[in-house]
Amino acid sequence: MHTASWHSVGMTLDECIKCNVCTTYCPVAAVTDKFPGPKYVGPQAQRFRECGQIKSPDISVDYCSACRVCNEVCPSGVKIAEINARAKAQIVADRGIPIRNWFFGRNEQLGRIGSIAPQIANLGFHNPFSRLMAEKIMGVARHAPIPHWSTEGSFRKWFFRTPRLKSDKKVVYFHGCSTNYYEPQVGKAAVAVLEHLGYEVIVPPQNCCGLPMLNNGEFRAGEKLYRDNLAKLLPYADKGLPIVGTSVSCVLVLREEASEMLDIENDQTRRFRSALWDMSEWLRDLLDQGKLDTNFRELKMIVPYHVSCQARAHRMGRPSLDVMTLIPGLDVREGNAKCCGLAGTYGYKAEKYDIAMEIGEEAFRFIRAQGDDVKFTTSDSEICRWQLEHGTHKDCRAPIEIFAAAYGLYDLDRRRLLVER
Amino acid sequence: MKRIETEILVIGGGATGTGIAWDAALRGFRVLLVEKRDLTHGTTGRYHGLLHSGGRYVVKDPHSAAECIAENRILRKTHMHCIEDTGGFFVVTPEDDNEYPDQFYAACARLEIPCEEISVAAALKREPLMNPEARRVFVVPDGAADSFQATHSTAQAARQAGAQILNYHEVVQLLVEGGEGDRRVVGARVRDVARGEDVEIRARMTINAAGAWSGVVAKTAGVRVDVIPGKGTMLAVNHRIINTVLNRCKMPDDGDIIVPIHTVSVLGTTDERVEDPEHLTIEPWEVELLLREGEKLIPGVSRTRFVRAWAGVRPLYQEHYNGASRDATRDLTLLDHKTRDGVAGFLTILGGKWTTFRLMAQVTMDKACEYLGTCKSCVTAQTVVPGVEQGHYWLGHRLREVEEHHLQSELVCECELVTRAMLENAARNNPTLTLDDLRRDVRLGMGPCQGGFCTYRAAGILHQVKSQNEKGKSEEPARWEVAYMQSPAHNQRSAISDQPSAVGGQPSAVSGQQSQFANPNLLLRDFLQERWKGLLPILWGRQLKQERLDELIYLALMNADHLPDENATSPMSEFYARIAFSGQLSANSDQHSAFSEEPISRER
Repeated sequence: MHTASWHSVGMTLDECIKCNVCTTYCPVAAVTDKFPGPKYVGPQAQRFRECGQIKSPDISVDYCSACRVCNEVCPSGVKIAEINARAKAQIVADRGIPIRNWFFGRNEQLGRIGSIAPQIANLGFHNPFSRLMAEKIMGVARHAPIPHWSTEGSFRKWFFRTPRLKSDKKVVYFHGCSTNYYEPQVGKAAVAVLEHLGYEVIVPPQNCCGLPMLNNGEFRAGEKLYRDNLAKLLPYADKGLPIVGTSVSCVLVLREEASEMLDIENDQTRRFRSALWDMSEWLRDLLDQGKLDTNFRELKMIVPYHVSCQARAHRMGRPSLDVMTLIPGLDVREGNAKCCGLAGTYGYKAEKYDIAMEIGEEAFRFIRAQGDDVKFTTSDSEICRWQLEHGTHKDCRAPIEIFAAAYGLYDLDRRRLLVER
Repeated sequence: MKRIETEILVIGGGATGTGIAWDAALRGFRVLLVEKRDLTHGTTGRYHGLLHSGGRYVVKDPHSAAECIAENRILRKTHMHCIEDTGGFFVVTPEDDNEYPDQFYAACARLEIPCEEISVAAALKREPLMNPEARRVFVVPDGAADSFQATHSTAQAARQAGAQILNYHEVVQLLVEGGEGDRRVVGARVRDVARGEDVEIRARMTINAAGAWSGVVAKTAGVRVDVIPGKGTMLAVNHRIINTVLNRCKMPDDGDIIVPIHTVSVLGTTDERVEDPEHLTIEPWEVELLLREGEKLIPGVSRTRFVRAWAGVRPLYQEHYNGASRDATRDLTLLDHKTRDGVAGFLTILGGKWTTFRLMAQVTMDKACEYLGTCKSCVTAQTVVPGVEQGHYWLGHRLREVEEHHLQSELVCECELVTRAMLENAARNNPTLTLDDLRRDVRLGMGPCQGGFCTYRAAGILHQVKSQNEKGKSEEPARWEVAYMQSPAHNQRSAISDQPSAVGGQPSAVSGQQSQFANPNLLLRDFLQERWKGLLPILWGRQLKQERLDELIYLALMNADHLPDENATSPMSEFYARIAFSGQLSANSDQHSAFSEEPISRER
């Protein structure tokens, strides 16, 4: 089903020298024998896959969580995670997509439907009986931390309802589905911080980044989403405006994952990529230019910081950490856990829930080790935040919420803006 | 001296020799085949793997082309599992002559070779890396053939029909009786290389199918056969960058074909007349030519990762021919030494292609029948060899089987997905002297790391299997399904753990008294040296990086250059140590050893 070109990810298999570093670091292979490891399913198996052939020889690549730790540690530059994603897509093209994964790919639609009547939706889905049925019938893990629909309305509704700051300095905000429907607080904190810094925030029409579909092997549908976003956002990029996102994984997909997996490499994708920023990365860039207001209020607390695998995959250092360390009184502790385990929709799948929890144990242990005084943890990815809350029973906040709190704009406990415009 | 009586003695364990043994056995003859090394060690195991549609020779050598298409149709049935139905393109690149494509198309029609012109866009859709500047593309029924598997399957079919096959039995001398004008070959004295003993084989008819070595064999009977050994060099790209055979649509020439075979893509070939069939030295110009010409079919191919270079020697023959080997006919030639040289009981079969091996066997046996006074007809075209029920080969089959049967933890050669049981079964049941013999059986060490991660594992396993053989454990060749030797799913049971003791069976030709060859240090050294040969000509870029890691594994970690038993040698050690590349590094031949003090990859 895929085409081949010299820059398609499959070609990077030639970089593999079989050294096994990826397999040694793989968080999934470390906890289950169902996954033979990134070297095996990646560059090794790739030699047995035929470009253009529908019949897929694969089975176990389905257990790759797409955390991209392998890419990060590979000393040779093999795009293992993307090779795996394409192999999964070939399985879907060959054998079809399980109905559950089809639903997971459509979290934008689920978010929209649920947010029509969030209380009812939450009650309807988040009760033990429904969850048991969802597990038995669809294979959705009954204990997995599936988010609740926000009962305070969607982020976009809030944004367009309230008067906004007008300014010559403009920034485009990509909120992602999760901020829109499940955690509008993150978006509100982001807007508050950006406006505090004197920027006019533009929230253009946008859609799901496509990650859930791409991760579940629905390449054609995922490609449509990517191209739609490209069409909607590229004009802003071409005006020279930064496009900033609070969801590291969505930004990663728009920046490089989608175009790499789908083998779309052209001038448009390059222009788009260069305009995209992770929120913390962009703030750190302001800091480097001396333009960031560092007049933070004291936040006296210990915050364990879980570096999500998607944030690492950006290869941008630790921008959230760089900014958080400027906040007086804040004792940020960086963990070294490789992955929280949930990894997109991986840990929601009944057959993978236990694996995900076992992977996450490293992160949970790190958080528990920081003592009982810890009130909040933090992580850049919403997925990690949900998993950490599930595994540690401690509230997890996005770094942008902490920044907003440090500017005196946000109440971390109640998760709401202190001053509405 | 041990003596064996038979009706037909076949010399040479390549495609042709095993084909003759199969044909002869099916016609009801008692037949014995001897091969001086392992089956397919010669030219059969050193070709690019093209199942010809005939398109390549359709203009230049129509007779050969007609044979190719007829045999192509037959082999797709009789050896189905050894063939991948890739199809082939004949591509007219901007450099190619404008007249030739029309001649080509017309000639295909004349010979009824199915040939269809498709748009360049349609061809690019199927093979996106093909030269987009191509002007015309024709589709023909080329295929990719696994000559190792096919020869083993043919040999197994021959055995099942009663043939006996002895490898590592080298002809020392043909036995000639009678005086001037009435001479006849009555068999051969052969040397059992593993045991170091001579065996006398008496036969009513001796068939020389030694390919490029035929001249050497015939000479021992005082018969002169001037084979034209045409050396061809090939390069393997690390993976399948194409899935269709790509040919240039022009007169056959050097470097004009790329064959997708198993997990690699093979760039072929050069054609250089050499004196000695064992002259397999690769010249730098050959590598450069293949890269340069390959670029014309697949722009960018020269920058891919190459895992190996190797050379084979075509057994071309043309009576009284003195020209270049490239222009010598690809036609098969049967030499009837009775009419030609006045020596009865002796036939030599030469020329041909892998694709026409069955026909070569048929022609040879038809002639043999004449002399033996019987007129049994050939049935090989209607008889399938064991294993065809698997259907056509497809690239994903090993991965699929490993996946379905959860054999990931059983892998010994990770690159080519060879399980421990595959190795053990092949080692126990197929006469094996070296790890290279196992490589031909199961593709051990043929992937990107070229033995980096499997040599030490396999050396231990082969040592263990051989040691057990020596302890008098029985062998059960019948239990080993040769046709499935490459199938992980059919080799799930380990030969060692499951072997019931004391069940009678035929001991294989090479077993027992071979303790010196079971030495694990020797096994390891031999295989590393053998792999090293094919790496030297392409040691740059990513493969160089791989070799640096392999070097660290064997020299820095395992101290393999200071292993004991330094003086132990196998019958193959000398061959493996022979110079394989005449690059600028050849000034000091010591540097060609993987174990020299200063290996080339460590050059500062």
